[in-house]
Amino acid sequence: MIVASLAFYLFSFMAIIGALNVIFQRNPVHSVLWLIFTFFNAAGLFVLLGAEFVAMILVVVYVGAVAVLFLFVVMMLDVNVAMLREGFLRYMPVGAVIGIVLLVELAVVMGGWAFAPSAHLLSAAPTPDMAQVSNTQALGALLYTKYVYLFQVSGIILLVAMIGSIVLTLRRRPDSRKQVIADQVARRAEDTLEVVKVQTGQGVAL
Amino acid sequence: MAALPNLEPAFPEILLILAGMAFLLIGVFRGRESTTFTTWASIGAMAVAAWLIHAAHGVPVVTFGGLFAVNAFTAFAKVLTLLGASLALIMINSWSQQSGVARFEIPLLVLFATVGMMLMISANDLIALYVGLELQSLPLYVLAAVNRDNLRSTEAGVKYFVLGALASGLLLYGASMVYGFSGTTTFAGIASATQSGGGHVGVLIGIVFVIAGLSFKVSAVPFHMWTPDVYEGSSTPITAFFSVAPKIAGLALFLRVLVGPFGGMLAEWQQVVIAISLLSMMWGAFAAIVQKNIKRLMAYSSIGHVGYALIGLAVGTVEGARGMLFYMLIYIVMSIGAFACILAMRVDGKAVEDVTDLSGLAKTRPGMAAAMAALMFSMAGIPPLAGIWGKFYIFVAAVNAGLVWLAVVGVLASAVAAYYYLRIVKIMYFDEPGKALDQPAISTAILYGLCSLAMLGLFLVPAPFVNGASIAAKSLFPG
Repeated sequence: MIVASLAFYLFSFMAIIGALNVIFQRNPVHSVLWLIFTFFNAAGLFVLLGAEFVAMILVVVYVGAVAVLFLFVVMMLDVNVAMLREGFLRYMPVGAVIGIVLLVELAVVMGGWAFAPSAHLLSAAPTPDMAQVSNTQALGALLYTKYVYLFQVSGIILLVAMIGSIVLTLRRRPDSRKQVIADQVARRAEDTLEVVKVQTGQGVAL
Repeated sequence: MAALPNLEPAFPEILLILAGMAFLLIGVFRGRESTTFTTWASIGAMAVAAWLIHAAHGVPVVTFGGLFAVNAFTAFAKVLTLLGASLALIMINSWSQQSGVARFEIPLLVLFATVGMMLMISANDLIALYVGLELQSLPLYVLAAVNRDNLRSTEAGVKYFVLGALASGLLLYGASMVYGFSGTTTFAGIASATQSGGGHVGVLIGIVFVIAGLSFKVSAVPFHMWTPDVYEGSSTPITAFFSVAPKIAGLALFLRVLVGPFGGMLAEWQQVVIAISLLSMMWGAFAAIVQKNIKRLMAYSSIGHVGYALIGLAVGTVEGARGMLFYMLIYIVMSIGAFACILAMRVDGKAVEDVTDLSGLAKTRPGMAAAMAALMFSMAGIPPLAGIWGKFYIFVAAVNAGLVWLAVVGVLASAVAAYYYLRIVKIMYFDEPGKALDQPAISTAILYGLCSLAMLGLFLVPAPFVNGASIAAKSLFPG
């Protein structure tokens, strides 16, 4: 038990340190690296909770795909931190006020929070016994049966997002030269070479 | 093992999705020249879907584990959405041929957005509501920016996207509050939870946030800021699509969410909806007066129309719902007709958008001027055109529900709005003609001709449509 709580504190503190570093680093590339660090620690917390599937997804999807993509984008965009900071300072007072107001509101709501008397009966999907089924199995059984509709619609949303990004960015460039390997392979010496007899002392008209 | 869910209620949506994917493949293989094909094929698919919805006779069914519901109300709203979307597609087709922005993806994005709207209308659960809303919104953002070499179009796309994301955030925040209170996301579950312990401040804040998110989607004041810019920046037929289909879907969803799961809390949300409706009517009437660009003017006009339709929601009765559905039916036809006229506003092959470009239209293009005048009279609610019936049923519902003052404000707002509608008529008929407009495309001319005739027809025989709306509205209210 003590090992588990030690691990919990370790992961939580590291996650907090990582998160703080994400926003306080001057170099955006370092920020992304700290973000990856934070994701790993959050994955550790999920493992402690017994949600090993979510933990692995966090590592595979967020670290493996999203964060690495961020890294590419940040490296390519050459973000000027000083310029961003300038805007940040100008908008910070307004943003801070809005944030504080929202926080106070949230505190008021949460302070007097009540659940509907029948809330526990309405629970959509009670947690199954973890001794009987594995984490992945339990999630899959819900996702592909009860929530198959949402799963499919999410898929269509992603398809639309893909179509949309292609529509907005793909351009046909008439002046770009593409390599057509078939043409290169089919090229024959007769098509490109011309043997010209050159008279001595005369040039060649090209 | 779980059995396959009952797919039958969702056949129209499944058909449209499969058709969309098939047309996408055809478009990718055949390239740009398939734009006309994908447009007409999409319209065909929508017609078949509408027929399927009609063939189901509005029998109430809930499927996919309670996530998806159909009944007479959803059937009515879906057919309206399909009508609006397919009329807009006809305009998109003639526009894309004229302006050279022909891309086969545009009709497909419209098709997918329409599916999203249908899923929104049928949503029976907060998560289903959200995925439907996103499926609707995402193609709209892309469509706003589709004329990507035009600075204003891209600006419209970015604005719409950023504010739309904010609205989705508000909606999700509210939905999570409601979920936190009731422990479930299904509409039926929320209804029973709010009845047993309604009025709690948390769930109230949740509802307000959900209302804010939905108000943004239907561009009701005070969440309307994006509307004039997006309408002005987007290409005209796409603006026409924005002004009809998403509004019907949004308002239908508004009605379903507030009357269904939160029906037991009418007293709490009624004042919020009344305020939104009041502000929309007034702002739509007053802010439009100073507009010079006709698309901005139509944006404010649509804000005003949403305000009137929301009266039907605010009263929270069957009569109100009926009035709202009938109002939306008339609104679609009017809007599409007016935008078809705006689409026909081209001088020397270039689109013009100023109200003054219409001056003297009665002399240069009498047919178009007559159609536009009929549509403007209808929007202002002047008989003998259908616009008056839309307002009539809404105001009657308000009076019968004891909200006489709201109806009075509505009448006053429509009197103010009549000023700028009639100003357009005055410019067309009494001002000196400017440069003559080009000969409009045949399909555009047919569209505005038919829409203005439909206004006359709907004025003479509103009864069948009012009955349809009435049956639809009744199925919304339990018992």
